[in-house]
Amino acid sequence: MSDATTTEETTDAELETVDMWVSGTEEPEPREWQTASTDEGSQKMQLTETEGRLAEQLGTVVDNDFLYDESSADDERMLINMGPQHPSTHGVLRLQLELDGEIVRRTKPIIGYLHTGMEKTAETLTFLQGPTNVTRMDYLAPFHNELCFSLAVERLLGVEVPERAQVMRILLTELNRISSHLVALATNGMDIGALSMMIYGFREREQILAFFEKTTGLRMNHNFIRPGGLAADLPPGWRQDVREILDTLPGRLAEYDDLLRNNPIWLDRTQGVGVITADECLAYGITGPTLRATGVNWDLRRAFPYSGIETYEFDVPVGEHGDTYDRYRVRVDEILQSMRIVEQAMDRMPKGDYRVDDRKITPPPRARIDESMEALIHHFKIFTEGFTVPPGETYVAVESPRGELGCYLVSEGGGKPWRMHTRAPSFYNLQALPIMMADTLVADTVATIASLDPVMGDVDR
Amino acid sequence: MSDDTPVDGPRPAPEGVTSGDDTSSGTDIATAASTAGPAVHPGDDLVGNPDEAVEPGSQRVLPEHEILVGLMESFDDAEWSLSSGQDVIHVPSEQFGEFGAAAKEAGFEVCVDVTVVDWYRKRRPRFDVVANLLSHQHMLRLRLMTAVGDEEPTVPSLTPIWPGAGFAEREAYDMFGIIFDGHPDLTRILMPDDWVGFPLRKDFSTGSVPVQFKDSHKVT
Repeated sequence: MSDATTTEETTDAELETVDMWVSGTEEPEPREWQTASTDEGSQKMQLTETEGRLAEQLGTVVDNDFLYDESSADDERMLINMGPQHPSTHGVLRLQLELDGEIVRRTKPIIGYLHTGMEKTAETLTFLQGPTNVTRMDYLAPFHNELCFSLAVERLLGVEVPERAQVMRILLTELNRISSHLVALATNGMDIGALSMMIYGFREREQILAFFEKTTGLRMNHNFIRPGGLAADLPPGWRQDVREILDTLPGRLAEYDDLLRNNPIWLDRTQGVGVITADECLAYGITGPTLRATGVNWDLRRAFPYSGIETYEFDVPVGEHGDTYDRYRVRVDEILQSMRIVEQAMDRMPKGDYRVDDRKITPPPRARIDESMEALIHHFKIFTEGFTVPPGETYVAVESPRGELGCYLVSEGGGKPWRMHTRAPSFYNLQALPIMMADTLVADTVATIASLDPVMGDVDR
Repeated sequence: MSDDTPVDGPRPAPEGVTSGDDTSSGTDIATAASTAGPAVHPGDDLVGNPDEAVEPGSQRVLPEHEILVGLMESFDDAEWSLSSGQDVIHVPSEQFGEFGAAAKEAGFEVCVDVTVVDWYRKRRPRFDVVANLLSHQHMLRLRLMTAVGDEEPTVPSLTPIWPGAGFAEREAYDMFGIIFDGHPDLTRILMPDDWVGFPLRKDFSTGSVPVQFKDSHKVT
């Protein structure tokens, strides 16, 4: 108890009854917290900043390649807010920009509008309930979140899932990568004004989501990959569905190329826009397509492979210039590579169990519950108490569509994680915005944000 | 291994992996996988148990990878252990920044993540500050940990070394109240600026925030 020094402020004494004001009656005195400022205060960009903050907001911490002309008068500079409610900010990202005419000088991303305390929630959920929580973080790549969490739990448990479960996991995550990249392309196109691209991207994604719905019961937030394997087997006819997706996509990707690849407007709006260098990416911990677009051949599926991904044949597409166009190309190429992996996973899908044969972790088959009391008790115990995980800590990372998605999991021997931290790729990638946007036109802001493909659920968690 | 590995060249995979992470301790993992039993590693104890700290000067356990050995040799107080097959180095909190700088010098280009674990009522000092480092050129991961108490929760910042730690340290400050000394902009990042308390601390209970509706506190 002696440690409790800091949060005594939140005692019950503060929880006073607050009367609702009924219209027509006398208005009550407002309480202090009702009148307290909701301004972001020090999170706000100031007209004058300290040297460290200024370098951060100008994006000159690593490379001082800033061309801004200091000679312009102060009264020509303008601090403006972009977001949090802005259609191009992909959720509730708020940017404060300092503009000099039409040129962006400083940028400050302000986040937290979608913060729901999922890491705190994770400490109150059992290990089996954990995937329901993490799957809501990066809602465009739910399978990756589930996989990452499950791998961390399995590593602490010391279990290895059967071959079929591994191949199923690869199949689902790679399909998920395709669907996530399709959204990235669609929104990127929409933000720049290629509205047909938006319709196309979502149309193809729908096909994949329909397959997910058939498999898991839900279009998003599947809670399908769980510690110890998967929730269920693939549905009958899955092979035909995946085959249809694989047959449709190449033609559709060719349509995208017709629409964008040599389109002069698209090239003008993307080439040389939002440039970031490899050094800056490494220094800022930026991963995924953004890093690969700068020419760094780094993919966790190659570097630290998981779920047997090292046995599949695929290439790692890399860009050259680190601009918006290269990030778009890398995503399109990654869709093609993921299709190769899905194809191989489909061909090699082994027979066998889709979850580990360990009764401490795996619930009994549904049919057994109807006929066996013990199975019913077993089922009940696993879904209420869960299972215990030996003490330890581990960090597991997978390559999500946005970059390195990591899960730092600490268990102290109980049925719930002592600490679950998600290393969210979008969170770190947002730090690239000041660098990418310094010295560019304010009209390119939208293209740059879209090319970074941030998911605010992932950023704020 | 450089960053420019040919596109098709498969990178060396750690043996017997079930999950995607570096181990740099191939033998340990390989034996664990071949016996297929529950993985019990020597370093699997509750992290950073001060009772089991190796005294400086006595026989030190050294990691296998030469980069880590080099780092350990220049820091006498650093302790290496293996946690679920991953390299972990504990340093005293005042050496956190120095060790980070040396690690970057040794080839850890990326600071993947900075986070905090609160061992409230489980252990003293109370907090573990955890930095996950990654080396592209050596294909190596390293977890750098330091323990810090809650009477003065201050550790040197990693942001001057890896600017990318900036957001992560702001989050750690926001959620746990750890002060990162030398951070250029240590403000709240996820919670509102006028928030009282540090939500991810274990003694910050859920459900005690006043809400705007009548009698709502009676329900919670």
